[in-house]
Amino acid sequence: MYAPRLPVWSVATLIALVGGFAVAAFVAPMDADQGFMQKIFYLHVPLAIVALVGFVFAGVCGVMHLRSGEPLWDLRSYVAIHVSLILGIAVLITGAIWGRAAWGVWWEWREPTLVSFLIVFLLYCTYQPLRFSIEDREKQSRYASVFAIVAGAFVPLNFIAVRMATPYIHPRTLDAANENLPGWMLGAFLLCLLGVALLYVTLWKYEMAHKQLTFRLRALQRRLGGEVPTTRSAAPDLSL
Amino acid sequence: MSGRRPSLRSAIGAMLAKELRLELRAPQLLPAMALFSVATMIVFHFSLQRDAVAGSLAAGVLTVTLLFSAMLGIARLFVADHEEGGFDGFLLAPVDRSALLIAKAMALFLFLVIMEVVAVAAYALLLLEPAAGARLLGQTALTLLLADVGIAVIGTLVGALAVQTRARDLMVPVIALPLLVPVVIATAKLLAPTFAQGGAEALPGQWLAVLGLYDLVFGLLAYGLFDFLVED
Repeated sequence: MYAPRLPVWSVATLIALVGGFAVAAFVAPMDADQGFMQKIFYLHVPLAIVALVGFVFAGVCGVMHLRSGEPLWDLRSYVAIHVSLILGIAVLITGAIWGRAAWGVWWEWREPTLVSFLIVFLLYCTYQPLRFSIEDREKQSRYASVFAIVAGAFVPLNFIAVRMATPYIHPRTLDAANENLPGWMLGAFLLCLLGVALLYVTLWKYEMAHKQLTFRLRALQRRLGGEVPTTRSAAPDLSL
Repeated sequence: MSGRRPSLRSAIGAMLAKELRLELRAPQLLPAMALFSVATMIVFHFSLQRDAVAGSLAAGVLTVTLLFSAMLGIARLFVADHEEGGFDGFLLAPVDRSALLIAKAMALFLFLVIMEVVAVAAYALLLLEPAAGARLLGQTALTLLLADVGIAVIGTLVGALAVQTRARDLMVPVIALPLLVPVVIATAKLLAPTFAQGGAEALPGQWLAVLGLYDLVFGLLAYGLFDFLVED
């Protein structure tokens, strides 16, 4: 009923991810400098790009929510931020592993790309506490959307500031002036990017479907006059 | 009074006058912010164990001091209106809702400027190593004015958000500090050469551009979003 094409999305994600990692591992040439360790690049960079795009998407959903007043848009924004946060944790962990292997340190303060991603991540970590601390549901949705829009605009602005700051050791992935991805490396990277993007969409659809099913179930339970179990969740409740 | 709707400008003017009159009659925010900024300098003096600072260290100390003092103002900006029914009174008036937040942002900007006049004077007296010449003061003033616009806009947005939450005083710094990091970076980068050479060199243009862009983007965004923050 909700998200009817979930199996198709899941299979497409699986094929793209496995194919992308296979090409990255076996076809793409070994990095002359870092060897096999560089392969984490095919996971780390797509994760970071998709997580940031997901944050911006949540902001767009916030705009739609404020314009239409439709609670479904608030749920979309909430789920997008939720999935992006999970990807964000993966970005920080894979980034630390790569940094340790390539630069010999788990964390590098002099590197603006890392620091700015951490800032964005910390900012979005306040999204759920913010929702929890506003009791009135309608107000909660509206204020959460305002937060999603402001933070969504902050992401590209932050990115611009990082690009302007002097690059230190973090490689610039998509830089036209510094085309450092030859043939198969670029192909594998784009395939992995597609795979992670599909993963994001699939996870987003799964959580959307799960939330909507839960709300439908709750509404039905309420109609039957039964006890409705209360769950501790910051998600907008559409069953009311 | 005729039945005509007051214009946005007169509504903002009235709200701003009310903010300033409140602060004049019962000074609350400004003395606290100014005292806090001087107290922070004393804390820096002892924690860094230095009698004077210069260059990027001086820029950082001043930026942090002003930012934390601004947090005090942001946290208290809407509390009186929320507790004493100022919001309800405002909502009854037949004026544009964004007038309240524009007036609040302007009031916060003015408070920040006044606090900085005190704080920078104290800083030059207490900690700053290069002698405060006209060029140094001019460059500092330009940088801080640009930074204040950003802090006032973000502060108004976050303050209006946080005042509706249960954990009001916790939410303000947790949301506002990450959002203001670009302002911190740009301010520190702009002030560092000023405090290193006493204002002998021109300000780096790219960081002025970052501050200007930040002010512009969030100013426009805030103007569009203010309407949704006062609805009730």
